[in-house]
Amino acid sequence: MLNYQFDWSIITSGKYFDWLVAGLITTLKLSAISIVLAFVLGLVIAVMRMAHNKPVRWFAHAYLEFFRNTPLLVQIFFWYFGSYKILPAVVNDWLVSTNFEFAAAVIALTIYTSAFIAEDIRSGILSIPKEQMEASRSAGFSYLRSMQYIILPQAVRITIPPLVNQFLNLAKNSSLAMTIGVMEMTYQARQVESYTFKGFEAFTAATVVYLVLSILITTLVNTYNEKVLNLHKAA
Amino acid sequence: MEEFFNFSVITDNFTHFMIGRFPHGPLGGVGLTLYLAVVSCVLSFFGGMILGLLSISRFPVIRYPALAFINLVRGMPLLMVIFWMYFLLPALFGKVAENNTVIMALTLFTSAYMSRIVVAGIEGIPKGQTEAAISTGLTSWQAMLYIVLPQGLRNMIPSFVNQFVSLIKDTSLAFIVGVSELTHVATQINNRTMAFPTEIFVFIAIVYFILCYAFTSLSRWLEQRLAWRGTV
Repeated sequence: MLNYQFDWSIITSGKYFDWLVAGLITTLKLSAISIVLAFVLGLVIAVMRMAHNKPVRWFAHAYLEFFRNTPLLVQIFFWYFGSYKILPAVVNDWLVSTNFEFAAAVIALTIYTSAFIAEDIRSGILSIPKEQMEASRSAGFSYLRSMQYIILPQAVRITIPPLVNQFLNLAKNSSLAMTIGVMEMTYQARQVESYTFKGFEAFTAATVVYLVLSILITTLVNTYNEKVLNLHKAA
Repeated sequence: MEEFFNFSVITDNFTHFMIGRFPHGPLGGVGLTLYLAVVSCVLSFFGGMILGLLSISRFPVIRYPALAFINLVRGMPLLMVIFWMYFLLPALFGKVAENNTVIMALTLFTSAYMSRIVVAGIEGIPKGQTEAAISTGLTSWQAMLYIVLPQGLRNMIPSFVNQFVSLIKDTSLAFIVGVSELTHVATQINNRTMAFPTEIFVFIAIVYFILCYAFTSLSRWLEQRLAWRGTV
């Protein structure tokens, strides 16, 4: 440590800077695609979790418990190494023809995050007074239509802050994709370290990127909580 | 289907999955996973307590650095913390065993999260308790130590158990620095046998699930029990 020569120029310009920027773009792309898919899947699971049909409810419950109680890393390895035995051949061929590392990471992150998002959405739905559902059912809406037009639009509004936090978690969790060779932020920082032996600078760069991302998102959530949800309460 | 899935790879390597090469070599597999989780959990209990108390200190000189540290760690992925430790500890202290590197990283990371639980637990105790304690002649430190914390701790227990579940899942990241816990053992066996990745990763997912689900259920049970006792 004492005779370590700092050289910040390697991460602020040139080839290694380009690597880090490419890593950041991959991290953002991976997180953005996964959060959209995870939101849709989480919404479906949350509605299934509250359905009247018992098998549907149990399936959703089992899904939630299983994917929340197993490590993300193991899930990534399963989709990357082990999924070929359970997926149909057509899906396999399509996955392999695309960027398979990236696809496996998207699948694992989507499923893992959807289990957390489903719980957030469920508590959002539970916070809507029961009478809303009863009123819309008596007005002739079916269960699914009441959800679609009456309950979910209100629930999603309350659920936005925890959802944005899930996006932040997802962005951090996406660092695990490096283990199967997706060249995201942490992968590139590690790569720069192995090429230059300047670990301190490389890891600082990655840490700063994650920190800026989390400060931005936290500020956004706080502003939304103050401005929008308070307005909602006053109205 | 029978020939397609072959679970004999699990039964053949079962001891390896559970304890690694233990009697004849270092502990590994599930044994090491639990060892890492338990040791990090105990250490981060104290770490979280200290950080939590520092972060609500009356003195800004103490409070702000503590808050900055907590937010720094919470803003980083755990993988990044592990890399930092892997890279910094040897530079500072010479050679450090991989197990200890991982324990240090998990402890730092979990302490930051535990500190939030501690603060929430302390804030859950009515202010009147502290005021009453101080008016009977205790110093504010004594009031915290003997009056507020013992009550607050009881409410924190379910959250601590949840944090322990997260720790069990997080130990899988030790794989990246070559610590032979369950996930690492699984990848080794996968590399050696080549043909059974589905069976191996489904099996370890189930093992992790059993461990984590047991503690998640414990935490729910505790939550109900403590909530009930709190009302009486």
